[in-house]
Amino acid sequence: MKEVRVYIQLKQGILDPQGKAVSGALQQLGFPVNGARVGKEIVLEIEADTDQQALELAEEMCRKLLANPVVEDFRCTLGEG
Amino acid sequence: MRFSVVVFPGSNCDADAWHALDYLGHEVDYVWHGQQKLPATDCVVIPGGFSYGDYLRPGSIARFSPLMESLVDYANAGGLVLGICNGFQVLTETGLLPGALLQNQNLQFRCQWQWLKTENNATVFTAGLNNHLLRLPIAHGDGRFYLPTEELRQLEQEGRIVFRYCDEQGNVSPDSNPNGAEGNVAGIINKQGNVLGMMPHPERAVEALLGGTDGAQLFASLQRGWEGLR
Repeated sequence: MKEVRVYIQLKQGILDPQGKAVSGALQQLGFPVNGARVGKEIVLEIEADTDQQALELAEEMCRKLLANPVVEDFRCTLGEG
Repeated sequence: MRFSVVVFPGSNCDADAWHALDYLGHEVDYVWHGQQKLPATDCVVIPGGFSYGDYLRPGSIARFSPLMESLVDYANAGGLVLGICNGFQVLTETGLLPGALLQNQNLQFRCQWQWLKTENNATVFTAGLNNHLLRLPIAHGDGRFYLPTEELRQLEQEGRIVFRYCDEQGNVSPDSNPNGAEGNVAGIINKQGNVLGMMPHPERAVEALLGGTDGAQLFASLQRGWEGLR
C-alpha cells in the first residue's frame, strides 16, 4: 500500500474568493500576508508495488476525476505509507 | 412533448422540474441516474440540486453515473438537453459544454430573482421568446462561469452565450452580476445547438402564484423550437 498526497489548487490568474477572504482576515489580525490561496489535499491509499506506479495512478485519477483541468492544477507527492 | 428529468442522489429540483413540465401539459418521466438507458424522450432536463452532495466539485461525480454514457450519446446524436443550475455544472464537468462553474465571487449563496438578457434568440430553446428580458430565480453558491478569455471570445463570436445577467433595463454590468461570472454569462449552448446549460431556474417560474411566469415562456419557446425540428 502506498500513500499519495494530492494537492489541488485553482490555476494562477483565476480568482480564489476563499483565499482572498482568508488573506483579508489574516491581515486584519496583523499578519504580514499579501495573499492566500485555498486548495484541497486528498490523501490516497493506493494499491501499488512501486512508488512510481502509485504516483502514476494518482496522476491518472487527477486527470480523470480529482481535478478539473479547465480551472485547476494538481500535484502528487508520496506520503508516509 | 415528452420530457425526462434525471434524478441523482442529491438532486433537489427534480420534483420542481417534474411539476412545472406537468403543469405546462407535458408528459414527464423521472429517470434514475443508475439506469443504463435513457427512455424515449424529446428533451432531457438535468435539474438543480446538489448531486452527490457537491462533493469534490459540483457535478464532478454525477458525471460518472451509469446513465451519463447514454445521455452523452443522446446529446451527440442531436437530442435536446437542458441543464439547470447543478445540471449546468454536470454538463460542463461532462464536457458537453465548455468552461467551469466556480464558487461565487462574493462567497455568498445567492437566492434571488434575477434579470436575464437573451443574447441569442435563434436557438431551438430561445427562438420563440417574446421578450428579450427574462426574470427568473437563481439559487446557487457555485455559479461563477469561467472560461479563459480567448475561448470566451470565441464562444461569443459563435453566438453560444445565450443568457447574461443584467438589470431590469437590460444593462449587462458588474452591478447586475450576482456571482462574478466572466462576461455576466448565465447560460451557454453547445456548438450543435442542442445542449443548453443555465444557472437560473425556469422551472421555478411557471406560475404567477410563485412569483413569475417567464420560465413558462422559455418552455413554450422550447416546445415551438422542438416542433420546428420535427
